[in-house]
Amino acid sequence: MKNLVKTLLGASIIALSAMPASAATLDDVKKAGTLRCGVNTGLPGFGYQGDDGEWLGFDVDYCRAVAAAVFDGDGTKVQFTPLSAVQRFPALQNNEVDLLARNTTWTMNRDTALGLNFVGVNYYDGQGFMVRKDLDVTSALQLSGATVCVQSGTTTELNLTDYFRSNNMEFQPVVIESQNDVNTAYEQGRCDVLTTDASGLYASRLELANPDEHVVLPEIISKEPLGPLVRQGDEQWFDIVKWVHFGLLNAEELGVNQDNVDEMVNSENPDVRRLLGQDGNFGADVGLTNDWMVKVIKAVGNYGEIFDRNIGPDTPLKIQRGLNALWTKGGLQYAPPVR
Amino acid sequence: MRDPKTRGLIIQIVLIIAITAFAAWLISNTMQNLTRSKIASGFGFLNYRAGFDIGQVPIDYTANSSYGRALVVGIVNTILVSGAGIALATIVGFIVGIARLSHNYLLRGLATIYVETFRNIPPLLVILFWYFGVLTVLPLPKDAIEFPLSTYLSNRGLQMPAARFDAIAIWSVLALIAGIVGAWLLSRRARAMQLQTGQRPSILWPVLGLLIGLPLVVFAVTGFPMTFEIPKATRFNLSGGWHVRPEFLALFLALSFYTAAFIAEIVRAGIIAVSKGQTEAASALGLSRRLTLRLVVVPQAFRVIIPPLTSQYLNLTKNSSLGLAVGYPELVAIGSTVLNQTGQSVEVVAIWMLSYLGLSLSVAAFMNWFNARAALVER
Ligand SMILES: N[C@@H](CCC(=O)N[C@@H](CS)C(=O)NCC(=O)O)C(=O)O
Repeated sequence: MKNLVKTLLGASIIALSAMPASAATLDDVKKAGTLRCGVNTGLPGFGYQGDDGEWLGFDVDYCRAVAAAVFDGDGTKVQFTPLSAVQRFPALQNNEVDLLARNTTWTMNRDTALGLNFVGVNYYDGQGFMVRKDLDVTSALQLSGATVCVQSGTTTELNLTDYFRSNNMEFQPVVIESQNDVNTAYEQGRCDVLTTDASGLYASRLELANPDEHVVLPEIISKEPLGPLVRQGDEQWFDIVKWVHFGLLNAEELGVNQDNVDEMVNSENPDVRRLLGQDGNFGADVGLTNDWMVKVIKAVGNYGEIFDRNIGPDTPLKIQRGLNALWTKGGLQYAPPVR
Repeated sequence: MRDPKTRGLIIQIVLIIAITAFAAWLISNTMQNLTRSKIASGFGFLNYRAGFDIGQVPIDYTANSSYGRALVVGIVNTILVSGAGIALATIVGFIVGIARLSHNYLLRGLATIYVETFRNIPPLLVILFWYFGVLTVLPLPKDAIEFPLSTYLSNRGLQMPAARFDAIAIWSVLALIAGIVGAWLLSRRARAMQLQTGQRPSILWPVLGLLIGLPLVVFAVTGFPMTFEIPKATRFNLSGGWHVRPEFLALFLALSFYTAAFIAEIVRAGIIAVSKGQTEAASALGLSRRLTLRLVVVPQAFRVIIPPLTSQYLNLTKNSSLGLAVGYPELVAIGSTVLNQTGQSVEVVAIWMLSYLGLSLSVAAFMNWFNARAALVER
């Protein structure tokens, strides 16, 4: 219901307001003193609140990284807005948040027709299925006739239909608004299958009463490149968020991390020197300070550290780097150089 | 200007101009904002392929149908659950409302508890309560409760054999229509005779013959053109047959019982509003309590009840949009999916508003008609 109200509100803002062609997000953020970041309402590992109400997660750390770049190393100057799948785009379009980091799939429609810009892919994901172990299903191709629970407002609804159709299988959808209610419905046996991004499946499984009674099937049926996004129309802000993301990747590639960043400042390696602002004027060119990446890395670490801390093998989610390993390690994560 | 008629006319003209200007500004401002934010606009998307499946499709629909068609499915589903909800809410509401005035202490107490409980819980909670309640209580499909005639109840819903008619069965339908017309003519004649002679001829048997016998005979002559589709157990579900899903059940029951609490109060107020003299006069005439209620109190109470009842019906219709929370594919739920896939929030919201406006106006028009009929006819 809250979502509906937000959608209606969004539409009426578009209809009634004289929307400013807000071009200078950086100035607005600095003036406000906090970065307004849209995150998940609660997806363990990606965007959720810890026991003391503090925001944690892979996407949350991206918000903190951008805040650290803007606010001279202070990654705490973030105001988090939890957004459901349906709410997230109107919230960004209507300037309620400056940045959306909420396991959002980069699709052409969202990138163009919605007036948004994806800054890159911070997590290569794909849609998967989870079923109860006692159904003895080992492959998604055995799912014909099943009832499938899915959250509304996601890319998953469409993929689901495409996959079942192209494999000549039938299914019955149950489309529910909140992920919590989707999980409950699945757990109560309303559905045989729960489907969403594989990352989300691992996170949802942790929240079930008996995680061991459920398996994630091997098939990945879609490409879900997840990434942070901003509004169209402010190239500078787009560049800032984009280069914070690339900076995090480059830092991992160059071996710069939270522990050694202070020594690395004295490195002889020209790539490291440019990244950390010792040579060149790169930070100032996007409107930040030249040592912007030093600040970012001190606040949140490099890409690999963010990954390991929130979702890596040592966390409850136990996600392997897989596609998200650096290109130098057989993965897909590759950032343009700071040059 | 002195003349109140001209003055009224001028005020109206000014008002119309102002409203039109505001609407024009609203539309152009919206378009400007959308273009400036580089967001797509227009209603062209209604013809694009929807590409998603819907759980409950009362009219033809597949993933290959258009977004427009998907929204129509949503409207039909909204009408289905609202219509069913209005019917049950009215029945329950009247029973509880009358029970509130009962001389039986227990009955009165229970009715009061019912009203106070449901009136004070937000409808969304009532719906979620029914949904997860229904899901928890009912067994998995493999342990479905079996009723006679291949009817099964599980947490996938109620499934029973569905009758499938061949094309030739149309003759039986025509026969039924003919029967209805015949019965109507008969009853008109009987009434005319009653007015003339004071005697009403008994037409029960001929009417039954026309309404039931005739279609049945035609049905038999055409060779019983009907087959039953029986629900069959598949690996995961029971498939086939007539299927009432838990989402519908939960929303339908929740809306009905929630709204019934308000209707009960309206009914109670309506009955109290009928002056005591009417009841006394009726009993002086020797009418029993039941007859008094039926012939004297209820018809007069109706006049008080109908207007507020109308707004409860409208509320129920609008509350059906909470179906989104439990996965019932009504207008708002399907609209959300369309909105999500196309990103055209302004257009979808406009469609929502116009659809609910249309539904509300239809309900209101029907109730006004009904109200006019129930109004006091002075003889
Ligand atoms: N990547 C997909 C799905 C994103 C999504 O909303 N995922 C769900 C399931 S993992 C989620 O985060 N739900 C949490 C919530 O809405 O609270 C998309 O961008 O549409």
